[in-house]
Amino acid sequence: MSIRRFVTSGAALTLLALGAGSPAWGCGGLVGENGTVQLVKTTTLAAFHNGVQRYVTSFEFTGAGEEVGSIVPLPGVPTAVERGGDWTLQRLAREVAPPLAQGRAESAGAVAASAQVLLETKIDALDITVLKGGGDEVGEWATKNGFVLTPDSPEVLDFYAARSPIFMAAKFNASRAALLGQGRGDGTPIMITIPLDEPWVPLRILGLGLDGAQIVEADVFLLTDAEPDLLAGGPGLTLSRSENASSSLLTDLRTDKGMEWVPPDMWLTYLQLEAPAAELDYDLAISTTAGREPLRAAAGLDLSDSAVHISSHHGRPLWPIAIVVGGAAVLVVSFVRARVRSGAVE
Amino acid sequence: MKTRLVLVAVLLLAASTVAGGTVTARRALVAADDRPLGPGAVTVTLGIEHSAFNMKELEVRRGTTVTFVVRNTDPIAHELIVGDAAVHRRHESGTESNHDRVPGELTVAPHATASTPYHFATPGTFVFACHLPGHVAYGMAGAIRVLDS
Repeated sequence: MSIRRFVTSGAALTLLALGAGSPAWGCGGLVGENGTVQLVKTTTLAAFHNGVQRYVTSFEFTGAGEEVGSIVPLPGVPTAVERGGDWTLQRLAREVAPPLAQGRAESAGAVAASAQVLLETKIDALDITVLKGGGDEVGEWATKNGFVLTPDSPEVLDFYAARSPIFMAAKFNASRAALLGQGRGDGTPIMITIPLDEPWVPLRILGLGLDGAQIVEADVFLLTDAEPDLLAGGPGLTLSRSENASSSLLTDLRTDKGMEWVPPDMWLTYLQLEAPAAELDYDLAISTTAGREPLRAAAGLDLSDSAVHISSHHGRPLWPIAIVVGGAAVLVVSFVRARVRSGAVE
Repeated sequence: MKTRLVLVAVLLLAASTVAGGTVTARRALVAADDRPLGPGAVTVTLGIEHSAFNMKELEVRRGTTVTFVVRNTDPIAHELIVGDAAVHRRHESGTESNHDRVPGELTVAPHATASTPYHFATPGTFVFACHLPGHVAYGMAGAIRVLDS
């Protein structure tokens, strides 16, 4: 088992996989031609406002080579998939970075059957397809479209399809990246807009293709109209921030591309996920409606699973665990389309 | 997930031990009357779902020819490779993209069924496995014990 170390750079939230010469997503796992997986830390914003959930995450290109793809389970049918703002994720990271955690930021003021293709679009070097179908159908679509699925993919796709048969497949086109001048480490932020009644954030997908002992790391930011109740199914999640979002943060976010919708008041929740892949078998359910608890099913739990209710209400401890949020949309699945498929087989 | 990992660990242990010829099956697939299969011609159907064989152990008599019928209900391809430790060492690093010519070696496409025969001429312990990248580590291996009588 090899556990990759992560590299972060000051303001940049996205992380680089250390696999030299290989392309990778910045939002989850990467499966290489020979089936090896590199760990990539995930950063995601899941914002829920007026019945609409918006995911913002970044796909990072780490070099030329094979085409790389990810499949992201979505909680609903998106009305838009577009390029995200340029600094939203970085600004959120800065908001919770240690120096600002002391409160200075605010003062600064300022298939089977065929999967149904619902949407296709290109964003920079990414080819994005939104699919509707069961796990088998989406898996088959992915296979036919050059994705190499890891052995745990069938079970994980079924896990998500049982709740929401909507997936987003994203493939990095290395040739187009070259034409666009994208180099190793360049990220492409994506924002997905989904009307929802009961938001949830996929987390389990972050462990796709990893050995059970490998640690999944993710930073998950939530912006909601009110302080949320959160429900997760296991340990590994730390509630690091739960507070009214600063006016400076919201102002900065609102001025980013596509973020005009940010209202003057929102609740900021920051969760850090660090869990062995084997234990990350749940998602994060969210409720912002007073008196209504998050749905167990939305967290991927059944009646026999133990759940962790995470909330800072009533002065409860903030360390909790469980929950989480997840990574938003992120996910990952993935695979790599091997240029030389024979080398990936057997 | 935790359960799955435990299973994987057990299977890996079984696979590696079997390859060394010392494994003892804990629960073998046997005939309806609880005796080992064979001798003679026997058909064994192996199901694959969520990258897992529905059988982990098989017990047959020397002189049995087993036709393995593999039903893959996954959206991804799988393999069935039957053989001794040397066979599996070769396939662990092999580059063949498809198996359809050697008895006991089979590639099964997504949502497909395929079959291959294998004759167990000598007693001992054999392994069946899928050697696609990561699949053995995920638990796709089992043991076949061939009895002398």
